[in-house]
Amino acid sequence: MSTLGVALALMAGLAVLLGAGLGFASVIFRVEGDPLADKIDALLPQTQCGQCGYPGCRPYANAIASGQADINQCPPGGEDGIRKLADLLGVEPKPFAEGAPQPQAKTVALIEEADCIGCTLCIQACPVDAILGASKQMHTILTRECTGCALCIAPCPVDCIRMVPPPVTPDTWKPRYPVIPLVMK
Amino acid sequence: MKSAPYLAQSNSVRRVMLTVVAALLPALTVATWFFGIAVWVQVGQAVLACLLFEAAMLRLRGLPLAPFLTDGSAVLTGMLIGVCFPPLGAWWLVWVGSFFAIVVAKQLYGGLGHNVFNPAMVAFAVGIVSFPAQMAGGATVYAPLSNLEQLALIFSHTLPADLGWDALSSATPLNAVKVALSAEVPLPLALFSAGVSGVPNSLVGLAVAYLLGGGVLLWRRVVTWHGPVALILTLSTLASVGWLLSPARFAPPLFHLLTGSVMLGAWFIATDPVTGCTTPRGKLWFGAGVGVLIWAIRSFGSLPDGVAFAVLTLNMMAPLIDRHTQPPVFGRKKKASP
Amino acid sequence: MTSLFRFHGGVHPPEHKAESNATPIRPAPVPPLLHIALGQSVGNAAQPCVSVGDTVPAGACLGRAEGRISVAVHAPVAGVVRAIAPHPFAHPSGLSVPTLTLEPNGSTATVDPQPLAWQSADPRSVLAHLRDQGVVGLGGAVFPTHLKLGGTGLDTLVVNGAECEPYLTCDDRLMRERAQDIVTGILIAAGLTHARRILVGIEDNKPEALAAMQHAASGSGIDVVAIPTLYPSGGAKQLIRILTGIEVPAGTRSSDLGVQCFNVATLYTLAQALHQGLPVTRRIVTLTGAVAEPGNVEALIGSPIGWLLNTAHAGYCTEYGVIVGGPMMGFTLPDLNAGLTKACNGLIAKSPTLFPPRPPALPCIRCGDCARVCPAELQPMDLFWLAKARQFDRAQAQHLFDCIECGACSYVCPSQIPLVDYYRFAKGELWAADRDKKAADRARQRHLFREHRQARDKAEKAARFAAARPAAVPLASAGGSAEQPPTPTSSDAAKQAAIAAAMARAAAKTTPPSAASAAVEPPPIPSPDEAKRAAIAAAMARAAAKTAPPSAVPAAVEPPPIPSPDEAKRAAIAAAMARAAAKTAAAAVASPPESPTP
Repeated sequence: MSTLGVALALMAGLAVLLGAGLGFASVIFRVEGDPLADKIDALLPQTQCGQCGYPGCRPYANAIASGQADINQCPPGGEDGIRKLADLLGVEPKPFAEGAPQPQAKTVALIEEADCIGCTLCIQACPVDAILGASKQMHTILTRECTGCALCIAPCPVDCIRMVPPPVTPDTWKPRYPVIPLVMK
Repeated sequence: MKSAPYLAQSNSVRRVMLTVVAALLPALTVATWFFGIAVWVQVGQAVLACLLFEAAMLRLRGLPLAPFLTDGSAVLTGMLIGVCFPPLGAWWLVWVGSFFAIVVAKQLYGGLGHNVFNPAMVAFAVGIVSFPAQMAGGATVYAPLSNLEQLALIFSHTLPADLGWDALSSATPLNAVKVALSAEVPLPLALFSAGVSGVPNSLVGLAVAYLLGGGVLLWRRVVTWHGPVALILTLSTLASVGWLLSPARFAPPLFHLLTGSVMLGAWFIATDPVTGCTTPRGKLWFGAGVGVLIWAIRSFGSLPDGVAFAVLTLNMMAPLIDRHTQPPVFGRKKKASP
Repeated sequence: MTSLFRFHGGVHPPEHKAESNATPIRPAPVPPLLHIALGQSVGNAAQPCVSVGDTVPAGACLGRAEGRISVAVHAPVAGVVRAIAPHPFAHPSGLSVPTLTLEPNGSTATVDPQPLAWQSADPRSVLAHLRDQGVVGLGGAVFPTHLKLGGTGLDTLVVNGAECEPYLTCDDRLMRERAQDIVTGILIAAGLTHARRILVGIEDNKPEALAAMQHAASGSGIDVVAIPTLYPSGGAKQLIRILTGIEVPAGTRSSDLGVQCFNVATLYTLAQALHQGLPVTRRIVTLTGAVAEPGNVEALIGSPIGWLLNTAHAGYCTEYGVIVGGPMMGFTLPDLNAGLTKACNGLIAKSPTLFPPRPPALPCIRCGDCARVCPAELQPMDLFWLAKARQFDRAQAQHLFDCIECGACSYVCPSQIPLVDYYRFAKGELWAADRDKKAADRARQRHLFREHRQARDKAEKAARFAAARPAAVPLASAGGSAEQPPTPTSSDAAKQAAIAAAMARAAAKTTPPSAASAAVEPPPIPSPDEAKRAAIAAAMARAAAKTAPPSAVPAAVEPPPIPSPDEAKRAAIAAAMARAAAKTAAAAVASPPESPTP
């Protein structure tokens, strides 16, 4: 009888102790927000282009984290982005779906400034505030901040915005992959 | 040249490979002196076979023949196969070995610079596992055969009428040790008492010739001292300890160093850069590992010699060793220098 | 005599210095046009302070330093500013950068030199003076010198006279001929940094320069040391190692370890800037290679490089290309019109005999020769594999960025692999990835801020509406949340007129210019009729807006009930994407350039 009592007391004491430990841990190591969604968001290119079908990168990250979205819906991230997401989530990389938007070379928007009528529609469409201008004033793109999402193209009533390859300077120039011939020509 | 540096030393893979080939010549000369023309027959066959297999594989892979056939690597592999196969073995042995060396071990892994295993050792391992009798037979020939008789033996498996097969199958010293070990009788001590530790003059001569070749490689800076020194030191240390503990059970150190293909392995096989380690500390570990395994296989295993399997085992571990022996980078050494 | 240390590895390429070090430095002629890039240092390009058409005297400031890491640029001779526009730059990419084109006018007008008594002046003003005189590291790194002289309490000042690159002799000749000025510069730098010890390292293949420097430095406390000839002993880190034994890791400033390294040519211009008050407008350049008269010239910054090299050769010597810098670390100049920069210490005319093409590369056999010569003690063959396999993060973990690109590994490679090309490629990719990462972080922040701002605006607007009409129109707050400010439909006419005009202009642009010339007219007067109609419409709209009952405004443009803001946004995005798709499809149909868009 006393053995049973001791065992019960021991188990109950342990339960209380461990429960308290868990309780404290949940308070002390409390994590604000969704850490997985944060990690996914950190891998997304932040173009905020909506090509994934979600209104921005963060909603897409949330959708991946909650299992609602697949990892192959971000064309600006490219194959590399899919690989990184697959690494993070421990799943197999998969190609972009047939018919879905495919990755394209990075571009930035350029406003034909002579044609701009200053309607501010593109400013309202830009998800990262990379267009500078005011009503009836010429607008211009802050090329450094443009993510190339192309959301400003559609609203423009006069079609004065084009997507162009980003400008290359000696500072952003990349040496090419060396190609060496096997046989001397 | 399109980009800096616009200057380059006139060094080439061919020069490196041919240096190693040249360093093999003393040993070949000694072997010819003791064994006769058979050695050259085997070497010539092996080189020819390697070149043919290499050409065929390059053609199959759609690669240009000229740069890869003339880089000397196939010639070197052929030479190594030629010297480590039995001089009086049947002619097709080296062809089988060369096939596995070039086609399987080298080209299927991606060709020059991409092979994981030392091709010559793969050839030897395939031979010793698949054709143990042929590989052991005539490993050392004490019977005085003329050149013509040697050729007849190699190509048509015929012996002079007055000679029985028994005359040829005199066991190598390593085989004698292995027989004694497997019979669990004390080692034939007489073996170690005559000559240099009882090793036939031919083997002593060969070992010295390989050592000489190793010296050439060191001098030409084709190899570094790390691998061979670690191998020889480890093997002799282990052998000494074993021999001192139980002379009836373990062979003496000098015997270990001079028999079999230890010297060949130390200077020409374990130093192969493609399949070995590249960091200085890694080379030490690699050599030491080969040394340990040679001694262990010889003392406890079922095969008379263990150089090939020791090297192949360490080949597998080389990337891992390299990874853990990365030397510190400039300015990132733990102790602040001066 | 100081005891020397040694660095790991190193190579002995053929020196080829005798060709150009026998003759004294000659002044280079004045070219017909000078192309002075505004970015003459690491960091920001200078901000031009002259305009096109200005006539400037020699030594005039053409551009002021912009930001912290930047220096000024100056006019080498008197002339007229012809252009401030992108022009090919002396860089392996051959890209154009903002460049000031100066046409010398032969006048002798010169800005008065502005020497500075540096001993008595405030250290900060001395540094500002150096910045405004354009003093940068002339060894090739072009780091602004004033930023390296800022700290005090330096243990050792290392002066780099090693000049380990083959072919180059500009520092050699400078030390032989102007040792006294260099010593003056050394003493100034030592004074500014309060260095306790001054060591000058000169490779022992330059005995004349060594003797000249020792003579000039006798009794000044400067230790001029001969170091063994071994490439790349002239690398700053390697020279510091040789002279002091200290190894400066990559990513660490040597001043943190109590050492600072300056090139002799830099210290020469430092003395010129402070003692003579002369800005840096010229530098000593070695002209060598396939030229008839190899030697060193004192050339004006901005001289077209092809032109400059041809002054050392009767005729055209640049058909095989030009190496800027030394043959181990320089680069092939893509455009010979690029102006000489402060970084150019040598120009080498290539020829197939001097620089034979490299034999075709074979696969790496891991022989380890590259690791044996690597002064950074890396494992170049591993970095090569990783760069080739595009495993850049692993390459970085193996200290790719400790590589100084000295080229010793490529030099010794028996497989003749251009190893450094692979490291440059991998570094470029890693830098690009880093830029992309930073850009993504910025985009995330800007996007979050935008969302925050929109939410705030919406709330404020709702509050305003609620305050204005507490009970009358309960829908008002909902109406206020519509994305676009509601406007009476009639006022659209004015907008439409303007849009029509803009579209006409856009259309006109795509039509052939001859036809367009009539159509392209300033927007205010597209045609009297249209303007009048637009004005009338606008006036009517204004009137309508005034008279319309306020409640009608939000009601009129009230969007269909909004289920949730997220979904509305998604619908909007879907609509925008559909529009974009339609547009691109239309563009694809109308892509032939001759068909003008409607």
